[in-house]
Amino acid sequence: MNAVVAQFPLLIVSIIKIVVLLVIVLTALAYLSWFERKVIARIQTRWGPYRVGPHGLLQPLADGLKFLFKEDPAPLGAERFVYYLAPFLAMSLALTTFAVIPFGPQEIRIFGQRTPLGIADVNIGLLVLFAITSLGVYGVALAGWSSNSKYPLLGGLRSSAQMMSYELALTMSVVGVLLMAGSFSLREIIAAQQGRTWGFLPRWNIIAGPFPQIIGFFCYIVAAVAETNRAPFDLPEAESELVAGFHTEYASFKFAMFFMGEYANMITVSCLATIMFFGGWISPFPATPLWAWTLFLPTVLFAALGFYLIFDGLRYETILGRILLPVLGIALCALAALFVVFPGVNGFVQGPFWFLLKILVFLFIYVWARGTLPRLRYDQLMSIGWKLLLPLSLANVLLTSLALVLRQK
Amino acid sequence: MEIADLERHPAVERLRAWNPRAAEEVSESRGEVAIGVPRELLRGAAERLRDDPALLFNLLSDITCVDRFPAEPRFELHVHLVSIPHRARLRLRVRLSGENPVVDSLLLVWPGANWMEREVFDLFGIRFEGHPDLRRIVLPQDFEGYPLRRDYPVEGPR
Amino acid sequence: MTTVETASGPVQTMVLNMGPQHPSTHGVLRILLELDGETVVKAVPDVGYLHTGIEKSCEAKTYSQAITLTDRLDYLAPLSNNLCYCLAVEKLLGLEVPKRAQYIRVMLTELTRIASHLVWLGSHAIDLGAMSVFLYCFREREEILNIFEMFSGQRMMTSYFRIGGVAVEPPPGWQKAVERILDLMPGRIQEYEDLLTQNRIWIARTKGVGTLRPEDAIALSVTGPMLRAAGVAYDIRKVFPYSSYDEFAFDIPTRTESDCYARYLVRVAEMRESLKIVRQAMAKIPPEGPIKADAPGIVPPQREKMKTEMEALIYHFKIFTEGFAPPPGEAYQTVESPRGELGVFVASDGTPKPLRVHVRAPSFVNLQALPQLVVGRLIADVVACIGTIDIILGEVDR
Repeated sequence: MNAVVAQFPLLIVSIIKIVVLLVIVLTALAYLSWFERKVIARIQTRWGPYRVGPHGLLQPLADGLKFLFKEDPAPLGAERFVYYLAPFLAMSLALTTFAVIPFGPQEIRIFGQRTPLGIADVNIGLLVLFAITSLGVYGVALAGWSSNSKYPLLGGLRSSAQMMSYELALTMSVVGVLLMAGSFSLREIIAAQQGRTWGFLPRWNIIAGPFPQIIGFFCYIVAAVAETNRAPFDLPEAESELVAGFHTEYASFKFAMFFMGEYANMITVSCLATIMFFGGWISPFPATPLWAWTLFLPTVLFAALGFYLIFDGLRYETILGRILLPVLGIALCALAALFVVFPGVNGFVQGPFWFLLKILVFLFIYVWARGTLPRLRYDQLMSIGWKLLLPLSLANVLLTSLALVLRQK
Repeated sequence: MEIADLERHPAVERLRAWNPRAAEEVSESRGEVAIGVPRELLRGAAERLRDDPALLFNLLSDITCVDRFPAEPRFELHVHLVSIPHRARLRLRVRLSGENPVVDSLLLVWPGANWMEREVFDLFGIRFEGHPDLRRIVLPQDFEGYPLRRDYPVEGPR
Repeated sequence: MTTVETASGPVQTMVLNMGPQHPSTHGVLRILLELDGETVVKAVPDVGYLHTGIEKSCEAKTYSQAITLTDRLDYLAPLSNNLCYCLAVEKLLGLEVPKRAQYIRVMLTELTRIASHLVWLGSHAIDLGAMSVFLYCFREREEILNIFEMFSGQRMMTSYFRIGGVAVEPPPGWQKAVERILDLMPGRIQEYEDLLTQNRIWIARTKGVGTLRPEDAIALSVTGPMLRAAGVAYDIRKVFPYSSYDEFAFDIPTRTESDCYARYLVRVAEMRESLKIVRQAMAKIPPEGPIKADAPGIVPPQREKMKTEMEALIYHFKIFTEGFAPPPGEAYQTVESPRGELGVFVASDGTPKPLRVHVRAPSFVNLQALPQLVVGRLIADVVACIGTIDIILGEVDR
């Protein structure tokens, strides 16, 4: 084994990282659907999933199994090859983007190999990311076209137009950040946001720099929601108009692949928003001794959640819940204890903790918007993209470069 | 209302002024005034009722039919009108024979007559001359018979 | 693919078959849309998928039995249908309903209007993508349905109004339940308005969409909130009052824009007006008094009398075996249902079964206007327009 590792160190380490990340991401995707259903349910004064497992925690598993065992019909006259290719494209491209996202500042050691936290550390990470996400439109467009059905066709048309026009605004909106960081590497973009204004305010791009990227962030988040086909821009799959849009004719696991692709895109886009505007894994609190207690925030959060789960679990209706919830709670408490006992571990989790917390906030905003807002119309969507977002993001680029030039003088 | 009052009803007076045969019978029961109109005069009468400034029956409320099988003429077409400006209601009654139940369409007078006439055609088989799109509306296009006729059994044909 | 001539020259069109199974056709409406891209060139509604022959069935039932069929017409406002049918038969019979029953009828029909508008608002909102409003509306509708259940034992197919009055004495404690709704609703209506009225996306989706000029609306026999949103204050409760509506003080909300947004505002305002009427009706309903007309042979006798008086027993037997026979003639009665002018035409030939029962269904007639509303607009607007017509397929197809 060691010999093989010695021969192809990078390959082996990468494969291990990919497998680990895939397992984590796919689980996260499944539980993101649970999270969305729960949050939407609370917004709508419902309970949400509750039957499968305690608090519906096993619902994603049940859904996954259901998708696997459903009949998988293909419509008559569908272009078979493309029809099967489309969901594969949608999901695999969405998952590929995770390859370039860094999850923490430190390096880890696998089989004695030092390697960054994240699969690949590409110095043009942002470009690679946008390149991959913009290919994602093929999954949707091809699905709409190959289904040989009218609703998917309209959905495919809508989404091709929508994704292409918002791609532009999306890319332009981050140019300001790139100018300020002077790099395409996601790590360096985060590194450029280190430090504090007046000693406490984080120098995140959203609030600091020669020109705070508030406009850029606004353009980015709107374009990103549109890019991921989520409410209020979920026109390609607008169920009240196009039944289910481009995936009307897809069933079983092919549908699940579109579903996972969409959720993966949500996570990617939230990651990017965090990295580019909210300082990635940088804690919102200064690293001075006065604020040292914030290092224990992960501990407190985990412990609180753990205790809640234990006490809630003991009162739970079903026996499974009375076993599973406390076990989960104890595991969380144990993790919290681990952080306290080993300062090294605590230091290591700080980065990923803040990173994931910020992503969660963005995901919550996604779900919140879906629970609140009506859907825009196709022509209104296009006019927002071309007449509002694009000029705004261009103005942002101009203003940022102006600010940079003035500062250099 | 007395018969004499009925004869002085503005709608009756205006219709008779236009054509002495237009209001061939006038009746009032349960607060509703009904004017019997000959089949061939229906559209003309409808236009007068809609446009005459003293009447202005601008809203067509309903068109329906009653089958008095086996009496003859068996069909009675009831047209209910509302005058929004004058807050008045009026019913026109047209008798149609079972042999050839044809009547002028009111579509050109009130475009809202479209589906109402299609429904009467669908369920009673009364043909509306001048209706551009006289198809069955609630029943399938290939349905046979006219189910609301009294000689059509409730359980359907056996 | 077919080619049609439009103002801007010939275009290749695609025919999209929307419905009868489609999430936003509110049941089984089918529309054949001819599309140029996403623009509607031609729209042909096709109805009848829910035709159950209710009018024919009525001819085979006695006058009282037919009440249960009227519930099934507009299943979101069953009490309006009950009321209209009962009023028509009462007109045929020349029956005077006691005031107490009239006020109870008014109160319950207005609650029905609120419940029906709530379903409308919820489903219209979900058609435009605002999911949560749907669930909020159904939460409140549930409370109103509970009141119906209190009164009649049924949530939806109430059949509570009978010829000559109402079925049974109001249940004990009904005032409290209605009071609760009256206290609850204003705040909840405000909640929906907070979510939608000033919402930019909502305004963008509904303002200027599906306009209909008032003269076109009248010509197409459009009634109800759609007509009032076009600026014509035609409300049967005011114009041809029935069931003592002339004793109530309320306004007819109208708008002049005649678009989907105006219809939304009119319906929301109508809910508030209905609350006003319910409050007045509550004050008017006397604690005691007859709930049925004194008409032996038509209105079933009280149980007490049946056990003591031979005559009452005979009447009871005759009413429920062969029914009663109104004098020959016709009666046409209209009421303001949540959707517009609901009319019931009853013709009697002097036998215990009606010669003809015809229902003038408001949404059937209003649906005719759909092509006018949607031609030249986008698919998304078709959904908005179907929503604001507020069709109930049970009533459209009968």
